[in-house]
Amino acid sequence: MKLDVAGIRRQFPILSAVIDGQPVHYLDNGASAQTPDAVLDAVRTYETTGRANVLRGVHRLAERATEAYEKAREEVAAFLGVMPMEVVFTGGCTAAINLVAYSHGSLLKSGDRIILSELEHHSNIVPWQLLRARSGIEIDVIPVTLDGRIDLEILPRLLTARTRLISLAHVSNVTGALLDVRAVVAAAKTVGARVMLDGAQYAPHGPVDVPGLGVDFYVFAGHKAYGPNGIGVLWARPELLEAMPPFHGGGSMIGRVTFAETTWAPPPRRFEAGTPPIGPAIGLGAACAWMRRLDWPGVHAHEMALVQRLMDGLQEIDGTHILGPASLQNRYPVVSFMLDGVHPHDVAQTLDSFGVAVRAGHHCAQPLMDRFDLDGTTRVSMAPYNDNSDIDALLTGVKHAARTLR
Amino acid sequence: MNDQLYQDRIVALAKARTGAGKLAPPARSARRDNPLCGDRVTIDVRLGDDGRISEIAHQVRGCLLCQASASALASVAVGRDKAGIAALRHDAERAIGREPGEATEPFAAFAPVKSHKSRQDCVLLPFEALGEALG
Repeated sequence: MKLDVAGIRRQFPILSAVIDGQPVHYLDNGASAQTPDAVLDAVRTYETTGRANVLRGVHRLAERATEAYEKAREEVAAFLGVMPMEVVFTGGCTAAINLVAYSHGSLLKSGDRIILSELEHHSNIVPWQLLRARSGIEIDVIPVTLDGRIDLEILPRLLTARTRLISLAHVSNVTGALLDVRAVVAAAKTVGARVMLDGAQYAPHGPVDVPGLGVDFYVFAGHKAYGPNGIGVLWARPELLEAMPPFHGGGSMIGRVTFAETTWAPPPRRFEAGTPPIGPAIGLGAACAWMRRLDWPGVHAHEMALVQRLMDGLQEIDGTHILGPASLQNRYPVVSFMLDGVHPHDVAQTLDSFGVAVRAGHHCAQPLMDRFDLDGTTRVSMAPYNDNSDIDALLTGVKHAARTLR
Repeated sequence: MNDQLYQDRIVALAKARTGAGKLAPPARSARRDNPLCGDRVTIDVRLGDDGRISEIAHQVRGCLLCQASASALASVAVGRDKAGIAALRHDAERAIGREPGEATEPFAAFAPVKSHKSRQDCVLLPFEALGEALG
């Protein structure tokens, strides 16, 4: 059965907005996706009928808040196919990676090695550089292929007996390339290294079979997965979480505090110091529940049809080049392109004048831009609610930029 | 379409590429990056004995606004000293609405940038580089 895109669109109030007389063609989902009524309603219900702090009070509002917060953890766990107590709420995907780099990283020793790739988002580079400065670990980098994939043929050559962790993007936020996770996990096992996936660009495109992936850490962002801002998720194997020291200290993450000694709460509480982002967590729980109800094979086919329409349309415009896989195989609906003679910001600004929202620039992936000697790209990132009219408006705008700005 | 930013005068300034290129050493040189968007401007200047700019050149890896601004700046920089360049910057800031008052040519062309706050730094980046080169 064909996907009911119009029905999905109706659940997103912002998509029916008219801005300066123009409809919204939102194709910047890789930066932040839009939010459906189900999420807005869940947050509003918390704020209007159950707002209180969690895990502290005995009054009814506090109990409602705690119940909703823990229910959200269950929804996220179901989305990932894991146990709720293995899910840590963080301030975002970046915060989750920093948590791992700091906390799991504190267990690494000088001379231990971790492996990243050339296409990583800065959030999966800089926390490891900070760890390197603190503890003397070494960072090895997998290069990318000409079509914007992590070159896994190189990976075996980078593995050593000191390799402790491989941390890679599940889907590139620039090229849309899908990682061959099975190959990475198999390679990691040969040296006993752990694997972490940055799922920021994967999670918005369907439930994640974390057990099936066989990885050790998985992180994603709420606001890219139709949830609120200020919330992210870290999943880790329970024995890894158990071994990790706290990242932040404060309320909620303790067992017993004395001035002589403090003991830690068990995970996930150990990593949720202070009042957590309760409303955003509840919203993310609703987003995960909403996503689990979608027809994902239908959504994937729809998104890939949009990618094909986009790539076909771009090909007809003189001087466009796609940075990333040219085929639909093992790619997700994130498409970066360059237009000869026009800077990506000028393409994006022109598209804005057509009511089309995209991202332009280095996409927090400067090493990847350096690899291809690019100032930046224009990035089109799609979601289930996008339709042909969005792609066609974008193509009209790109043609206008090509005609007027070079 | 609702296009107000890329008016003909700005596009013409960018396409003119006035001062685009490099100066042979010895020349003062400075590079400035905009970490948010990745725009990069390198300005080379040579000063006369009186401290006034005798030659200027720029290399821009950036957007059309940045190119247009570098081109406009190069077209009026020769013969000016540090204070004269500061006066030009005030003019550019007036053009984009960061300072009150009317801007004069060539920076008046940047008036459409007033309503695009996220792009205003693109116009000012060449001034940042030149300021650093002048010390």
